Amino acid sequence: MAITINGTAYSPPQDARVSLLDLLRERLGLSGTKKGCDQGACGACTVLVDGERILSCLTLAVQVDGRAVTTIEGLSEDGALHPLQQAFIVHDGFQCGYCTPGQICSAIGMAAEVRRGVPSVVTADLGADAPVLSDDELRERMSGNLCRCGAYNGIIDAIRETYATEAAE
Amino acid sequence: MTPFTFARAGDTAEALRQGERAGTKYLGGGTNLVDLMREQIEAPTALVDVTGLSSGIEETGGGGLLIGAATRNTAVAEHRLIRTRYPLLARAILAGASGQIRNMATVAGNMLQRTRCAYFYDEAARCNKRAPGVGCDAIDGFNRMHAILGASPACVATHPSDMCVALAAIGATVHLQGAGGARTLPFTDLHRLPEGRPDIETLLEPGELITGVELPALPFAVRSTYRKVRDRSSYAFALVSVAAAVDLAEDGTVREARLALGGVAHKPWRAFRAEAALIGAQPSENAFRAAAEAALEGAAPLADNAFKIELAKRTITAVLAELTGVSA
Repeated sequence: MAITINGTAYSPPQDARVSLLDLLRERLGLSGTKKGCDQGACGACTVLVDGERILSCLTLAVQVDGRAVTTIEGLSEDGALHPLQQAFIVHDGFQCGYCTPGQICSAIGMAAEVRRGVPSVVTADLGADAPVLSDDELRERMSGNLCRCGAYNGIIDAIRETYATEAAE
Repeated sequence: MTPFTFARAGDTAEALRQGERAGTKYLGGGTNLVDLMREQIEAPTALVDVTGLSSGIEETGGGGLLIGAATRNTAVAEHRLIRTRYPLLARAILAGASGQIRNMATVAGNMLQRTRCAYFYDEAARCNKRAPGVGCDAIDGFNRMHAILGASPACVATHPSDMCVALAAIGATVHLQGAGGARTLPFTDLHRLPEGRPDIETLLEPGELITGVELPALPFAVRSTYRKVRDRSSYAFALVSVAAAVDLAEDGTVREARLALGGVAHKPWRAFRAEAALIGAQPSENAFRAAAEAALEGAAPLADNAFKIELAKRTITAVLAELTGVSA
């Protein structure tokens, strides 16, 4: 078996202790994914596994054997930034930038959850097919990603511009 | 982290064979176990990944639902039948952790997660859960987050799950498989109170595997909810939480009620006395406050957490008022 990372297949590590985060950063040189707390409290290490956002610090690399991982390095196409990456620049969705790759991967996973109708704890009508992406919804759904610079307003603006528009179309 | 072997179980029989060996732990999403292993609090020599087993949600003949043990938390909360028939369960799950963690965590892993007591995590502190008999530094320490019900002189830790509070209120049944065969346990009996052995947290036998959790038919749970009170509005453990469902008779009185509390005890706390106190009551703030008093009867505060008693009473009263349309 193999772990597919941004379209390339890699052998899982022999040592089962290696986290997906350490595999990416220390062994494959994919340092875009960040190590913040390394204990599941900050969201900086968020990546997509088969399109779902997860924390790579709490994932053993061997657990994702046979699955497809997408990191921040895998988002641009033909050298063009992902629309959400561009929106983060336009809206100043960062200051130091350390939480940014996690924020962006998390938001992409979040948008897919909204598309398939996953409710959040602030969704008033649990039976609704398509949750409305209000700012309250965005803030709740993105609460697993901390930004110690406090760039939350820019982050929410960037995500709203990229995905709330999509939801309205 | 101590070295360990890793294997994926292809089926339940294989998992049980591997799980029989000493030092083996079953691995769900890993959101709690991997963290505890990194902290050296858990040091299994073998992990058996059971996420490939039983992850569906099926309707049972009796109008209930059977949720496979490896179902991810997000998958439970987004399932249409959970959202419409058991809103308290969907809301409880969505109140816990973050989107990323809910995508990883399994139902059985959520049940078996361990306390977030800071002294349990701190190797320099005494903790009877980590090292039975050494003492507890939380009892005379910073214990604002700790238990007010069912604690013992050995342990004042709380169970951190939100999902489990809803399962307690619903009256779910846990399906288990072990070397001796299959058995079931009422969910409210799965976790134990600390007494003298806080290191033993459940009634699971060594090597026994949770295969699923069954929700009974509970038509009145359409009128149910979960409210969590915490220090920040998201991504924090509960100070106090309440799962409740109310069945109203034609004359407007309470026919039956379900009530469970989180953040207050070593286990998800079903408030049976309060439920009994509600039967036949005309919904009113006074009636709900009386039930809340019954729920917190016997509560014993520590130095920093007496506020939880009144907070729990007010939250119970407010949730019951919300469910019955009483203005409180």
